[in-house]
Amino acid sequence: MCLAIPLQVIEVRGTTGDALQPPSAIVTAEGVRQEVRLDVVDRLPVVGDYVIVHAGFALHCLDKQQARENLELLEQLAAGTDETR
Amino acid sequence: MKHVDEYRDQAIVRSLASRLAGQIDRPLRFMEVCGTHTMNIFRFGLRSLFPMSLEVVSGPGCPVCVTAPVDIDACIAAAESKNVIMATFGDLVRVPGSRGSLAESRARGAEVEIVYSPIDALGLARAQPDKLVVFAGIGFETTVPTVAAAVMQAATLNLDNFCVLSLHKVMPPVFSRLLTGDHRLDGLLCPGHVATIIGRQAFEPLAADYSIPCVISGFEPVDIMQALVQLAALAVSREARVVNAYPRAVDEFGNLRAREFVNRIFQPADADWRGMGTIENSGLSIRDAYARFDARRRLDLEVVAVAPSSTGCRCGDVICGRCRPVDCGHFGNSCTPVNPLGPCMVSSEGSCAAYYRYGGN
Ligand code: SF4
Repeated sequence: MCLAIPLQVIEVRGTTGDALQPPSAIVTAEGVRQEVRLDVVDRLPVVGDYVIVHAGFALHCLDKQQARENLELLEQLAAGTDETR
Repeated sequence: MKHVDEYRDQAIVRSLASRLAGQIDRPLRFMEVCGTHTMNIFRFGLRSLFPMSLEVVSGPGCPVCVTAPVDIDACIAAAESKNVIMATFGDLVRVPGSRGSLAESRARGAEVEIVYSPIDALGLARAQPDKLVVFAGIGFETTVPTVAAAVMQAATLNLDNFCVLSLHKVMPPVFSRLLTGDHRLDGLLCPGHVATIIGRQAFEPLAADYSIPCVISGFEPVDIMQALVQLAALAVSREARVVNAYPRAVDEFGNLRAREFVNRIFQPADADWRGMGTIENSGLSIRDAYARFDARRRLDLEVVAVAPSSTGCRCGDVICGRCRPVDCGHFGNSCTPVNPLGPCMVSSEGSCAAYYRYGGN
């Protein structure tokens, strides 16, 4: 089951290479908190970034700016002004 | 900033639906290849918004549904080995192999535990050091990196009682199989999170070799409708290109770090698909360097395919888009989610289950 909504990182934990405490992030959306592993994410997030999550692992990281641009795309869609290629 | 509402905005979805209808100038048939697409198209009632001339069929995107009977047999053989705990995703437990399901072996006394991630299976192994925990690894490019991470962690922890029965599959070869011959498809709605890992460009050869438009889509209603609008535009103008309609999660080359993880642990192997037979290099096996985490080698699993007794289940046709669930004689009669005959009714991501639950035709 895939979730397409970016979740915001509010805390980063653990250390790379530590098998007992591997890097993870606390993420939140709509008030729900969840811990996700960062082993295979394309870029390690910092607090404030957004991540796309699958099966308890972050797969893709977006900074605030990228996340905002994404929402703007949606707003353009709503206005029917986007340029569909 | 919160996102959920925006991606489900009714007004946007409706305006996209009318653009979709306005664009289509001839009957079109698209295939989506992702269990979450199947589910969400039904769950959010998107089908009722599609124009009459658009048909969207489900392809082999549900990991449970595509698992071949012989691989279920291998899971059962592993589960019934001495001192083993079989850890698996819930849906897999009820899927029939050629001689019953894991649920039936559990009833006979095998230890079968339901887990939500490979990390849970690893935790089980750490908690039960005198048992061998075998994780049934199903899933596509998106799931494999998480399993690779679990194996890496087990290796670092020097955990000796954890291994994986790799039934993983990769998407491009099955697309090639589907698009060879008479497929009557005008476009592919490509799975977003597979693309997160393999990148937009990985779909280029498909579009070029089979002259088929491809659009990579996310999973929320707005994502799916928007991707369909773009796919219709390409199909109408007969442009066999790959468009990324899910840029918040997908880039050109994908997640190189995740792929490195996967390549360290796994190598390409042939795999069996339900209803499609063996497809060359469409699966992944564990490399020699990690042989001790390979359930096939740990348990000497040599499972030979036997022809499953014919139940008349048409899942093989359903997952190739050759028939609709309602075309199967068992649908809704002898086959329901409570008493499923085939995997497409077992899995919540299967098309038979979606049709049954949400009343499709
Ligand atoms: S309705 Fe049941 S028997 Fe028919 S194809 Fe679907 S899962 Fe198989």
